Amino acid sequence: VSWNIARRRRPAAGYAAVVGGLVVVGVLYSALSGGTASAAAPTQTSTAIAQGKSLFIETCSACHGLDAQGTTQAPSLIGAGAAAVDFQMSTGRMPAKELGAENDRKPTTFTTAQIYDIAGYIASLGGGPAIPAASQVSSAGANTALGEELFSANCSQCHGFAGAGGALTYGKTAPPLTASTATQIYEAMLTGPEAMPVFGDGTITPAEKKDIITYVIDTRNEANPGGFSLGRTGTVTEGLVAWLAGLGFLVLIAMWLTAKRKRRPESEQS
Amino acid sequence: MSEIDEPRGPHRVVGTPPPTPASVDVPASVDSPAEPAGPAGPVEPVSFDPEDQAHANRAERLVAVLFIIAFLAGCGFIAAYVALEIGPNISPSANDVVAVLRSNLALGTSLSIALLALGTGSMIWVRHLTPNIEIEEERHDLNSTPQDRRQFQKMFAEGAAMSQMTKRPLLRRTMLIATAPLALAPLFLLRDLGPLPGTTLRHTVWRKNLRAVTLGGLRPLRPSDMPTPGELITVIPEGYQDNADAQAMAGVILIKFAPGQLHFPDRYDGNTLIATMNWTVDDIVAYSKICTHVGCPVALYEQTTHHILCPCHQSTFDASNGAWVVFGPAPRPLPQLPLTTDADGYLVALSDFTQPVGPSFWERG
Repeated sequence: VSWNIARRRRPAAGYAAVVGGLVVVGVLYSALSGGTASAAAPTQTSTAIAQGKSLFIETCSACHGLDAQGTTQAPSLIGAGAAAVDFQMSTGRMPAKELGAENDRKPTTFTTAQIYDIAGYIASLGGGPAIPAASQVSSAGANTALGEELFSANCSQCHGFAGAGGALTYGKTAPPLTASTATQIYEAMLTGPEAMPVFGDGTITPAEKKDIITYVIDTRNEANPGGFSLGRTGTVTEGLVAWLAGLGFLVLIAMWLTAKRKRRPESEQS
Repeated sequence: MSEIDEPRGPHRVVGTPPPTPASVDVPASVDSPAEPAGPAGPVEPVSFDPEDQAHANRAERLVAVLFIIAFLAGCGFIAAYVALEIGPNISPSANDVVAVLRSNLALGTSLSIALLALGTGSMIWVRHLTPNIEIEEERHDLNSTPQDRRQFQKMFAEGAAMSQMTKRPLLRRTMLIATAPLALAPLFLLRDLGPLPGTTLRHTVWRKNLRAVTLGGLRPLRPSDMPTPGELITVIPEGYQDNADAQAMAGVILIKFAPGQLHFPDRYDGNTLIATMNWTVDDIVAYSKICTHVGCPVALYEQTTHHILCPCHQSTFDASNGAWVVFGPAPRPLPQLPLTTDADGYLVALSDFTQPVGPSFWERG
C-alpha cells in the first residue's frame, strides 16, 4: 500500500520471512505431534514355547544371546517375564533400531500371537511377571479419583500430570501415555521398562493399578480448551501466543512508529 | 503578562487546525482580538496542507475505514457480551467451559480489533496528515523571583509567630511526643508476620516405630512388598494423611536395590562414624522426598542409573550412593530416614531424620 513508505520494504521482508518460518515450524509440529494410535487389547492365546524360541532366535538372539542369557550389548531376559516381552514388542520398542538407553515407540511388525509365543518362551526360562488378564485392565469399578491421587504421587513427576511425558537426565525422556493401551500401562508398572522404576503389586495393588489406568485413559477424553494443549497445561498456550506473536507485533509497531520519515526536499531546506 | 491573552480566531471549529501559532510574536492590539493580523503588518501565512494532496486524501480514507472498523468491533463487543451467555444461565446440555471459552474469545477479539483499529488509525493520521514540523519550546528558570522568595519568608515567619510555636516550647514538645508512637507503630505491626519458626524446621513428624504408609493407598508395607530391585514408592507417616503441613516435610521415597548395589559415603557425627547402611532394610532405603535446594518433590527416579532428579532445577542425586549430589544446585544430599521393621514386620522409622529436611535456612548451621 502506498502509505507504507518504500524504504521499509526490505526490513519488512525480513520480518515476513521470520513470521513465515515460525508458521511453518508450528504447522509441521502440529502435523508431526498429532495423532493417536489405538491398539485393541490382545486376547489371551495359547503359548507355543517352541515356536516362540525359534522366533526369538531369528529376531532377538543377535543381541540378547541364543539362550536369552544376555550379551555385552543387551541384558539377560531370564526372569524378565512375559509382561516385559509383551510391553517391549507391542509398543514396537523391541526389536530395537539401534543400541541405546532408550527406544522410541513405533509400529510393530509382529502379530499378537507371535509376541505371545516369544513371551511364553521367555516366561518358561525363569518366571517373571505375566501378561495381565483382560479383567485386570478393564475400567469396570475403577476409582478415577484415587487413580488421580496415585498418578500424581507416583507417575506425574516424569510423565506429567496428564500423561504428556517429560524430560529425564542426559537426554532421556519419559514417553507420553497418549497412545498406550491399558495392558501396556499395566505391564510398564509391573516391569519398569528402561529407566522407569518398578511399581509392583506390593506397593500399588492390582486394584490401584486399574484406578491409575482408568484415570490415564479417561483424561484423554476430557475437554481440553485453549488451542495447543502443551500437555494439558491449560490455556497457557494462548498466553504464549500473546507473548510471542502479540509482543513481536508490538515491537514491529514500535519500530514502524519510530522509523524516520523519508525527508522531503522542502524540509531539508528549512 | 498581557501577552497570555492570545487573540483567538473567530470561527474555530472542533477538528480543524487552530489559526496561526505564531501569534505570540505578533504585536497584536489587545483591544481588537477579532483581528489577529492587525495593522502591524501581514503575518507570513503558514500552510498546514501536506505537500502531496493525493497522498493525504488516501491516508484520510484509510483512517476513516479503520475508524469504522473500530466502531463495528466496539458494537461487536457489546453484542458478544449480551449474546454469549456464561454461567448458570446456559442450557444444561452445553459445556460451561466451552461457553466461557467462546465468550472470552469473542470479547477479546472484538475489543482487540477495536483498540487496534483506533490506534492504527490515529497513528496514520498523525504520521501522514499532520504537518511534519519541529516545534521548539524554551525552558525557564525554575526558582522564583527574589521578591516572591522574600514574600514567602515573611509569611512563614509571621505564621510561625502567630501559631505561638516558637514562644511555647511545652506545646511544641508535647506535640512531637504525641506523634512519635504513631510513627513507630508500623514497626511493631511487623510482629503479625507470624511466630518465629523455632525448631519446627529441624524436625518432622517421623518418630520411632511410626509406620510408613503408601501415599494414596495408605497401606503399611512389609519389605516383602517390594521384592523387585528398581521398585520405588512414595510413603507418608501413618495417621498424617490429612495433615498437609506435616506431609509437606515428611514425604519419603522408598527405593529397593539389588543386593550389593547400595553404598553410602562415610558420614561422621563429630568423630563418630554413622553407619547409615544400618538404616536400610533388605536393601530398601528411605530418602526425604523434599529437594534440598528449594523444596520441590523429587521422585523422578531412573532405575538404570539410580539417579533421582528434581524436576524444578535438575538437581540430581545418586540414590545408590547416599543420595549424593551428582549434578545441579542442591547443596547437600537428600536426608536419609532411618528404617527398621516393627514386631508385625512392617517398615517403620527408627527415629526422625537426623538432619533438617528440605532447603537451607539461615540458622541451619
